[in-house]
Amino acid sequence: MNELISNLGIILNATLMYTPPLLYAALGSCFSEKSGVVNIGIEGMIVFGGFMGALLGNFIANPWICFLCGGLAGALLALLHAFATVSCRADQTISGTAINFLATGFSVFICYLTFKTSETPPVIEKLPRIFNGAFIWLRENLPEGAAKLFAQNSFLDLVFNTYASTYLAFVLVAVVWFVFYRTRFGLRLRAVGEHPRAADTLGVNVYLVRYLCVIFSGFLAGLGGASITLATVSAFRPSIVAGQGFIAIAAVIFGKFKPQGALLGCILFGFCNGLRVVVGSNSVIPVNLISMIPYVVTILTLVLFVGRAQVPAANGKPYIKSK
Amino acid sequence: MAKKLLKGNFIYTLFAIIVGFAVGAIAMGVAGYNPLEAYGSLFGVVFDTTKTMSYSFIEYATPYILTGLSVAFSFKTGIFNIGAEGQYVMGSVAAMLVGAFVPAPAVVLIPLCILASVAVGVLWGGLVGYLKVRFGSHEVLCMIMFNWIAYYLSNFLVLADGINVGGGKTWSHSIQDAAKITITDWFPKNAVSSRTHFGIVIAILCVIAIYYIINRTTLGYRLKAVGYNRSAAEYAGINANRCVIVSLAISGALASLAGGLQVMGVTYKVTQFAAQESYGFNGITVALIGATNPIGTLIAGWFFGAMKYAGTRMKLLDGTRVPKEIVDIIMGCIVFFIAISNLFRAFVMNRGKKGGKA
Repeated sequence: MNELISNLGIILNATLMYTPPLLYAALGSCFSEKSGVVNIGIEGMIVFGGFMGALLGNFIANPWICFLCGGLAGALLALLHAFATVSCRADQTISGTAINFLATGFSVFICYLTFKTSETPPVIEKLPRIFNGAFIWLRENLPEGAAKLFAQNSFLDLVFNTYASTYLAFVLVAVVWFVFYRTRFGLRLRAVGEHPRAADTLGVNVYLVRYLCVIFSGFLAGLGGASITLATVSAFRPSIVAGQGFIAIAAVIFGKFKPQGALLGCILFGFCNGLRVVVGSNSVIPVNLISMIPYVVTILTLVLFVGRAQVPAANGKPYIKSK
Repeated sequence: MAKKLLKGNFIYTLFAIIVGFAVGAIAMGVAGYNPLEAYGSLFGVVFDTTKTMSYSFIEYATPYILTGLSVAFSFKTGIFNIGAEGQYVMGSVAAMLVGAFVPAPAVVLIPLCILASVAVGVLWGGLVGYLKVRFGSHEVLCMIMFNWIAYYLSNFLVLADGINVGGGKTWSHSIQDAAKITITDWFPKNAVSSRTHFGIVIAILCVIAIYYIINRTTLGYRLKAVGYNRSAAEYAGINANRCVIVSLAISGALASLAGGLQVMGVTYKVTQFAAQESYGFNGITVALIGATNPIGTLIAGWFFGAMKYAGTRMKLLDGTRVPKEIVDIIMGCIVFFIAISNLFRAFVMNRGKKGGKA
């Protein structure tokens, strides 16, 4: 029983390590896609945000500033994407592909110039584990039996004593949900994604809304990248992102472009990754087959339960104001 | 003539390439590398000898030409084949399995390997098409999943007993000599790269075939019609669902063929992946630089192959290595400017009209 609980703790711990970057990126992707702009460049925005976080993290001891700058770096790339897709009416897929190239190119190039290798050294200061103080206090002040519950690598420690960025990711799901469904801006952004001309007729500035949404998407994706390089991995290497942006996009499509749906998708991928870490190390089933599970499960769920993709009607189509 | 040129893609692509190199030069300048020396070396590396040219235009370019062609073809039906990555992997695994374990003379084995990789591509690509039309599953999502399934399936097979070469190595058995398509022996010593193979000929034949299909057959007409306007195509009696499946099956076959030829001509085995190799993703870039036109994709594939090869050995005059990521920056800029070239085109065409009136 104890072993079961501790194994579960390890799985959840790994889940909480893999889920947040996906979640940040997926929430970002929701913004962009919901407003009608396909953003394949999410992958690149995670890379660039992560790199910027790690780069600054090597010089600035305040991880929160670095975290924020990671988000801004993603937003900067997103501004490029917005300019291309909204103002120039560029093909959104093409622009996104370009962003992915530029992000990796610039990140690793600048990394070479600064550190003479393609990896950054570990950052000076990681993002804090916000409840760490509380855990230490409880360990020291509770009677022995109860203190054991809060010991290092105990279930509670593994699951609840995680980085602030992890908690923030889950809080943001609620925030994004609120923005989408309970604010004027949310209504407008959904309208712009479904029927931009109607929204325009009612006085909504379609271009402005799309610009903002794409920039938000880059900002959130950048935070996702920075949450890797400033918390879980605490350094940048070119391989740390490796397709997570695409997985985040997949989670969003899976969740029917809703933040709460994307959350489910991200947890599925995160949990299966966690499962792989635990089961993979001591099992008769080859680890590569276990790694396949989330992707097969996604396809099956899609076919059996989710059904037709529900894409915002104006998704992928540039808007031309006057004809 | 001038108007036709301004309307077409070529001049804008050329412009995008020039801008891409200019941005690359600025980046290098800021970083303290002399861009002229770097570009001199880039150009020099590619055209140095017949050997370096065969590296650039045969060994490096062949897979990109085919994955680019794959993506370009699916674009014609309005589908974005982001799954070329996984199709490529499946093709390489299929060619490896047949090439290593089916005992047969070269004359049978080589076509058999090619057939195996094409067949698996048809299935892998066509299946996504089937899921899309039968269950309404989003094809981009499916393909991203299929990429990872292919990735882990390949890793699983490569490490499986019987397929793995053994001795704790992380790669498969090599294919038999009879399955290899390397033709270095046909040339004088050191005239070509050690893995020059006739896959390039197959790739060029594919380019011609796809060009023919798109422009000269009913099938091509139907696929394009569905790509332009699905509802109109259906109204005209075209079975759009079947077109989607066919388009993805052919697209998958091309990307898988790229993987198969790479195993038969260059790697001879499949190694466990540490990360996605991006042959398929780079195919997207190649297709875009080639303006999703088969002939354009061929030229773009050569360009991309040459840049990839030369990027790894770009040096200044004093021997300082320039980071190869500069190639990514240049490529990213090229694609970005191709993306926004619409704006310039509209601008130039409008000016032309006004000029005509005055």
